[in-house]
Amino acid sequence: MAIEVKQQRPGSVHLAIDGDITIYNVAELRQALSAYLDTVKEIQLDLAGVAEIDGAGVQLLMFLKQEALAKGGELSLARHSEAVVEVLELLNLSTHFGDPIVISADWKSL
Amino acid sequence: MNEMDTALAIFAQEAEELLVDMEDALLSLDSDPDNGETVNSLFRAMHTIKGSSGLFGFDPIVVFTHEAETVLDKVRQGERQIDSNLIAVLLESKDHAAKLIEHCLKANGTAVPAELAATGLRLIAQLNGGKETAIQQRPDSVEDQVLSEGGGEIAVDEHWLISLEFKPDSFRDGIDPLSFLRYLKTLGDIKQIVTVAEGMPSGEAMDPESCYLHFKIAFQSEASKETIERVFEFAADDCEIKILPPNAKIGEYLQLLDAQDETRLRKIGDMLIQVGALTEHDVETALQTQTGSAGGEAEAGTKAKPLGEILVEQHVVQQPLVDQALKKQEQTKQKIASEANYIRVDATKLGHLINLVGELVISSAAMNLIVEKHGLSDASDVAAGMNSLVNSIRDTALELRMVQIGDTFSRFRRVVHDVSKELNKDIQLLISGGETELDKTVVEKIQDPLTHLIRNALDHGIEHPAQRLAAGKPAQGTVQLNAYHESGHIVIQIADDGAGLNSEKILEKALANGLIKKDHGLSQREIYSLIFAAGLSTKDQATSLSGRGVGMDVVKRNIEALRGSVEIDSEEGQGTTISIRLPLTLAIIDGFMVGTAAERFIIPLSMVDECIEMSANECEIDEVQHYINLRGKVLPYLRLGDYFGTPAGNANQRESVVVVKFGQTEAGLVVDELHGEHQTVIKPLGKVFERLKGITGATVLGDGTVALILDVQGLIQAAIEHKPRPLAHKPALRRV
Repeated sequence: MAIEVKQQRPGSVHLAIDGDITIYNVAELRQALSAYLDTVKEIQLDLAGVAEIDGAGVQLLMFLKQEALAKGGELSLARHSEAVVEVLELLNLSTHFGDPIVISADWKSL
Repeated sequence: MNEMDTALAIFAQEAEELLVDMEDALLSLDSDPDNGETVNSLFRAMHTIKGSSGLFGFDPIVVFTHEAETVLDKVRQGERQIDSNLIAVLLESKDHAAKLIEHCLKANGTAVPAELAATGLRLIAQLNGGKETAIQQRPDSVEDQVLSEGGGEIAVDEHWLISLEFKPDSFRDGIDPLSFLRYLKTLGDIKQIVTVAEGMPSGEAMDPESCYLHFKIAFQSEASKETIERVFEFAADDCEIKILPPNAKIGEYLQLLDAQDETRLRKIGDMLIQVGALTEHDVETALQTQTGSAGGEAEAGTKAKPLGEILVEQHVVQQPLVDQALKKQEQTKQKIASEANYIRVDATKLGHLINLVGELVISSAAMNLIVEKHGLSDASDVAAGMNSLVNSIRDTALELRMVQIGDTFSRFRRVVHDVSKELNKDIQLLISGGETELDKTVVEKIQDPLTHLIRNALDHGIEHPAQRLAAGKPAQGTVQLNAYHESGHIVIQIADDGAGLNSEKILEKALANGLIKKDHGLSQREIYSLIFAAGLSTKDQATSLSGRGVGMDVVKRNIEALRGSVEIDSEEGQGTTISIRLPLTLAIIDGFMVGTAAERFIIPLSMVDECIEMSANECEIDEVQHYINLRGKVLPYLRLGDYFGTPAGNANQRESVVVVKFGQTEAGLVVDELHGEHQTVIKPLGKVFERLKGITGATVLGDGTVALILDVQGLIQAAIEHKPRPLAHKPALRRV
């Protein structure tokens, strides 16, 4: 798991999560991402590299979104990986996050 | 006109039965005030009487029962609490209704006597007094709640509504909600899902490893509730799972409920599980909630919620289903009740049948005798077959007359209730062994003696609360009625925890009355039994209760007339126990036939302990001291031949001892011959022989001769008295 800062401008940051978002690393991720929540207004999470996400992971995303909104900021998800889309669909959370999901042509399962 | 009379007779009988039931129900409410079913039966009693009275135009009854019914309906709806006051008023109302019915049956059309009318008005006022208007709020319908929580667009009609509330530790326990949802999808379609992070704290307080996820799912599937529940089986400990069947399924469940078999009464939970509306898990959880809340609220005096209500509150089943199940349960109950209705048979017809069976037993014995005598080997099989049939017929016929003593016992609830009020005592009646069966005639005849003994226990036995407290006993006295079978007899015990008998006082009175002499040498037990003697009362002052009905001597005589006995045991300050021992039946017994010389005697088999050959090592007779040494035990004995004065038998004949037992006492009966078991039809002896000692009846043997049935109790007594007491003691005193 790694968080890569793709782009950073004043007030906004574009981060890419590479690896799983599961119960095994949610604590770590939350620690790392909370730091941005305090300093930046606009966060975009690139989820293209997320191979696996579980309930705890989804909950973390929901939490981050809630926190960002509470602080008057914004959190958006982008480049959802197949795993992320599947889970968001399963839980009917796509509208909750409200981010456009781009579905690539080679995705078969959806 | 005739038809009208029949209808009236039916009405009268029905009303009487309903009122008796009502009384039982009311008295049981005393101890179990929260039993909704009992309240229902009260309501039904009043309602039915009102309805039938209306048919006959018995307006006074209709007017009165209507009031009682209204009050009971309120109790049923939970708008009014049952308390001891209301029970007392209802008991009085029941009596009043009975009087009204009597009046209407006898003199319909005439005005109700002023006194009766006044009682009616007073009772109506009392019934309506202290009205409580707190109406229990029924929980809103489940659908509304789920809808309001879960988003309006869920169509509840065809979908299961599943609510999953994961507990904080779920993730740490290795539970991933997503996997369950994926599995659920294999059973059907998730039509709608609402994911909420219920109560997820913000900022630092949020622990990403704790689970805050709750799901509300509208699920379309043909799977049964149980199958769906099984999806979440592994999460059961970490998740609050509520599965509400689709409304569309309700129709199906209702049909299933309707089709359920009505022969067996079952619990609501079981009924709903069977149709698939609930799973065992649902019911278990609800039951836990029920007992949990009942335990917690017991002190506050509130009642546990009905299971159905809890189930609806927990969103696992819809209200209509519970209602239907309750209705069904009610129907089943009624059906069972109506099926349990007995065929009323004229007692004389039954008596005739028993007589015939008795004759049948005798002639079957005669037939066996002939078959044996002529050595008809091919007939013996047939005879044996018939014999066993005759035995079954005998047993079944006798069983027809057997009734449980419980009904008789519960009548005494009223006696205890009324008498303790009258005496200003606090007394509870405990009943056990009510299912013990005995002959109907015996039950009928024992009722008066029992009433007397219970009144005695209430009046003389149990002390006033103040006295009891001073004696270190609970203020509430207890009278126990118990019945059980013991070797062919039924034992009925009346035990109280009152003051007990004062043997000094009894002796004093008995001496004064000339019942005994100064040097009586009586055992404690014998002293106690003196209270059964005529003209002896230990009560210094007569109360309103004493002098009612029969005296103790009559009690004893009544019991002895039933070939029974009564024993009394007491400990001063601790209480008194009276044990009545009665034969199970008065008609046919298993007997044991013995002979001396040419005579034959029957000993009731149940009283035979053992048979020993006289010459055996283990048994030695001491003619001088007049006892048998039975394996080192001293046993009084009686030579039947000598006692009845039959001609001496064959001197070479080896004698046998039959050890008989009655209650605590034992004796040996020395006889010449043992003939073995014999089906004995008891033929009562005529008046002339009534005073004959040692004989209770006669029977006709297969060969037409008569054998006498021995009165074991009397013979044991005679044997004991015959035995010279050790020299140190004064001569035995003969009972007066």
